[in-house]
Amino acid sequence: MDDQDLIRVENLRKHFGDVKAVDGISFGVKHGEAFAFLGPNGAGKSTTIRMLITLTQPTGGTASIDGLDIVRKSAEVRRRIGYVPQLISVDGTLTALENLLLMARLYDIPKREGIDRAKEILSFLELENQHDALVRTFSGGMIRKLEIGQAIVHRPKVLFLDEPTSGLDPVGRQNVWKHILELRKTSGTTIFFSTHQMEEADAMSERIAIMNQGKIATIGTSDEIKSAAGRPDGSLEEAFIELTGTNIEEGGSYREARRMRQVEKRLG
Amino acid sequence: MNYAIQVCRKSWILGMSEVRKLLHDPTELITRAIQPILWLGIFGEALSKVRAIPTGDYSYMQFITPGILTQSVVFIAIFYGLNIIWERDMGLLQKLLVTPTPRLALVWGKMASAGIRGLCQAVIVFLFALVLGVPLILTPLSALWVVVIVLLGAAIFTGLSMVIASIVKTRERFMGIGQVITLPLFFASSAIYPISIMPAWLQTVAYLNPLSYMVDALRELLVSGSLVQLPTDTAILVVTAAAISCLSAYMYPKVVM
Repeated sequence: MDDQDLIRVENLRKHFGDVKAVDGISFGVKHGEAFAFLGPNGAGKSTTIRMLITLTQPTGGTASIDGLDIVRKSAEVRRRIGYVPQLISVDGTLTALENLLLMARLYDIPKREGIDRAKEILSFLELENQHDALVRTFSGGMIRKLEIGQAIVHRPKVLFLDEPTSGLDPVGRQNVWKHILELRKTSGTTIFFSTHQMEEADAMSERIAIMNQGKIATIGTSDEIKSAAGRPDGSLEEAFIELTGTNIEEGGSYREARRMRQVEKRLG
Repeated sequence: MNYAIQVCRKSWILGMSEVRKLLHDPTELITRAIQPILWLGIFGEALSKVRAIPTGDYSYMQFITPGILTQSVVFIAIFYGLNIIWERDMGLLQKLLVTPTPRLALVWGKMASAGIRGLCQAVIVFLFALVLGVPLILTPLSALWVVVIVLLGAAIFTGLSMVIASIVKTRERFMGIGQVITLPLFFASSAIYPISIMPAWLQTVAYLNPLSYMVDALRELLVSGSLVQLPTDTAILVVTAAAISCLSAYMYPKVVM
């Protein structure tokens, strides 16, 4: 870890009773990096993200974002991060513009500037014709894009996306990623996303951390991980099985499986 | 001081976004109006014919109108916990909790939302009472005070509901508890009969029930016009609302865990 790290995590733990959801993980994410958190459902990806975005307090260990401790400086951390939950987080009973304006005002952006930024974001997301449409009329891909829009009105340093494309069809998936990558190119926002899709992690990130049963099984570029697994010419999937001894589709509790299906139903 | 301004501003912002939602789809207000209209139009009319309940110098319809108003406000507020569980399941709540919004403002925003819906109910109950020819007091001051009492009542029961939601955490369990507590709250109060005709143990419950103070205050404002108890009633409601706001702001973020 070095001074370039925007996110630093040291020996972070989260226990729920006897269950060690996150079991002493350490890693760093550099400024401007696209970082993928890969693992089966129930590996501890979401719990880690929830600690980093100040929704849950860690059981032990420390983490900081932009040099600010996530527990002691949580209020300041919140101003520097954007978060796109796995679930639907826009309000279907408000219009696209109102959804963005609500977020802008909660981040203390003055009203007029908020309107300018919201319009700018809507045209960036190619939703400019949908300003005044109620969000419940949107397609899954449009909803996801608007959620990303909500998470960037305050121009965060890092955008956390929890399974950003789960439940989307291939076209929607591609469209969402196009905008995430463009955002990163134009504004230098650090991207931290979790996924259980190998190809997505492989194609969209610079470095990948593979999580399994609460621990980081390995971390590095896609090529590094494949070499470490002794399969430099194989796929990331083969490397994953080699390193964790499990197939990625096997993980996950009843609750998470139910949640996944709900998301798919709503977005689909 | 800075914190207080933040809380008030953010509560206002969240409350106003609820108004926008209502403006986009006001059908909810119409369907909610049905229940109080049935209570007043059927239950109230029937019992006033029987003359079974001693209500002093006033007609039973006069007596019950503030009670029905209270009931319709409380029934809206008590299901707000379901709303936050729903928002948690959606992901909306997580997103709000990640913004630099004070927790108390998130709670007050919800209370304001229930309060606004409660005030719409107040207007409906009032208009229907006029249609039925129930004499009610209406001065600018009494109207203003009714607004305050309705907002306080909505705040108390929204807060209570959010505390319950943060303990039970799932929709199914909340529905069960919501059903179990709403009717006793309503019946163990002076909403549809005077406390004096209750058995002693129920009287004790009624005196501990914030709903009784809300009914009492509204009855003084709308029916009797003797405002002797009004300061006490209002003070009790203010203190209860403040306490439940703090408890709720502390408990509410736990619903995501």
